[in-house]
Amino acid sequence: MSLAAQVLVRRGPVTVDVALEVADGEVLAVLGPNGAGKSTLLRVLAGLLPPDGGRVAVDGTTWDDVAARVHLPAHRRPLGMVFQDHLLFPHLSVLENVAFGPRTRGASRAAARTAAAAWIGRVGLDGLGGRRPGQLSGGQAQRAALARALVGDPALLLLDEPLSALDARTRLAVRAELRRHLTDYAGSAVLVTHDPVDAMALADRVVVVEDGRVVQAGTPSDVARHPRTDYVARLVGLSLLPGTADGLTVRLDGGGVVAVAVPADGPVLVAVRPESVALYLSRPEGSPRNAWPLTVAGATPHGATVRCELDGQVPLLADVTATAFAELGLAPGSPVWAVVKASEVAVYAR
Amino acid sequence: MRRARTPAPLLVPAALAVVFLVLPLAGLLIRTPWSQLGTLLTAPGVGQALRLSLVSATLATAVSVVLGVPLAWVLARSRARGRAVLRALVTVPLVLPPVVGGVALFLVLGRQGIVGSWLAETTGITIPFTTTAVVIAETFVAMPFLVISVEGALRAADVRYEDAAATLGADRWTTFRRVTLPLVAPGVAAGSVLCWARALGEFGATITFAGNFPGTTQTMPLAVYLALQRDPQAAIVLSLVLLVVSVATLLLLRDRWLGRGAAA
Repeated sequence: MSLAAQVLVRRGPVTVDVALEVADGEVLAVLGPNGAGKSTLLRVLAGLLPPDGGRVAVDGTTWDDVAARVHLPAHRRPLGMVFQDHLLFPHLSVLENVAFGPRTRGASRAAARTAAAAWIGRVGLDGLGGRRPGQLSGGQAQRAALARALVGDPALLLLDEPLSALDARTRLAVRAELRRHLTDYAGSAVLVTHDPVDAMALADRVVVVEDGRVVQAGTPSDVARHPRTDYVARLVGLSLLPGTADGLTVRLDGGGVVAVAVPADGPVLVAVRPESVALYLSRPEGSPRNAWPLTVAGATPHGATVRCELDGQVPLLADVTATAFAELGLAPGSPVWAVVKASEVAVYAR
Repeated sequence: MRRARTPAPLLVPAALAVVFLVLPLAGLLIRTPWSQLGTLLTAPGVGQALRLSLVSATLATAVSVVLGVPLAWVLARSRARGRAVLRALVTVPLVLPPVVGGVALFLVLGRQGIVGSWLAETTGITIPFTTTAVVIAETFVAMPFLVISVEGALRAADVRYEDAAATLGADRWTTFRRVTLPLVAPGVAAGSVLCWARALGEFGATITFAGNFPGTTQTMPLAVYLALQRDPQAAIVLSLVLLVVSVATLLLLRDRWLGRGAAA
């Protein structure tokens, strides 16, 4: 059992052209900014949108094959889908919602209700089966939606931003439960999200999609440590600077030189974590090899720290404590010296 | 919230409009022979006309729902070309003078009509001047109200629920029955009430196509018109009955349309 898909969709300005393979029991996260084509991809896998080209096969059965004019409509695909805002049918009770799939797929009324009740218990909604979706909290509704998607033991599970409509605290709880259910789930799962934390926490593998194309694929930790594009870097907090390495120095494409601790050669990406950047009002004397005069372009409070956007030859993000930010008297437009130890700079080949 | 005072140039015409709309109804109530109400209401023709009106308006509404809801779905959801033209055609009866509708029905379904003559020859059935003709005339005039109302509800309904149903194994017909229709049920109900009220008040198309025969085609509005010429007291009482029915309809719809404005 597995998913193999190669999908081409032309929609307005964005052409989605993505190839995916998801093994049995594996969770693949499709990570990307809004408008990258993630949801389009998911709609194709679900059969809600016929692709303009490519193939989709699950467990060796062809669901889409444009060249062979094969298109299995959504309702004949054994899949479950969880939508961002749960989309529980408002006129049905939770139990009827969860029993909807088994009923339409031919189960008897009693069997459908038994299966639905079991799943309602598994997602921790015991006793709420008689409620209408409008009477549930956001987290409960999303759990019910998960039960509705998983009840038929589908071959493919599609999750479209399943946590993004939830508030921060609920999200933590539901994410942990979702993780547990995904671990138990035997089929292939595809999770679409723009939140890297979801991807990191839930997925075995991540593909990053931008402008309809896969720009990076790998394990979550791999992608976090070696982001290939600005978007991924920003997501995981890294500043990502393209340049050309020559031994222990990297000449950046945007001007400026960065000293690194590990020798490299040729085109590279230099990654700097915002917490490893220190700010000074004047040029400091000391061991750090990298010191650049920059300008504070913006500042965003970020928990106990302030994330400063620095502009100049070496554009960086820097996290400083709120106290330090105030004591230095920083404001947008302030000139600062940004200092980074060479050993804090990661380098990897482009 | 405090609102600004209404400027005089708006206040005066507005007040005049209220008087203009309410005064005739007040007049009806004032002139109602309340003491003879019981006798007049139980007169033989009244019950007959009322029953015929209720039955034919209900049948017309039923036909409108059975045919009109699918039509509304086609107008709201299908991607067929010529939908704009279709919608315009469907709404013509809304603006057409009902008498013209009656004439048109007569030309098609009358004994000499295009369909009517064929029907008479093959089955011996003639439609004009029967209760069937009353229902047909009322359906013709009232169905567009239902179609417009249901189409609006379908457009406002979130189509992603239909996507969700599809991912749960429901084909298009199952989705329509179990998801779409329940979601737009309030729209269907409101459309049905509007349709029923319009059918109940139908006069022009009915008298043209179905005639005015007590017991078979004489509905309440026809009875009112006829009564006014020989027994004005009876006409007032019949009008009162229709007024009560109309106000009841309005109350049924209040939550849906007037409720929001009134609560704001």
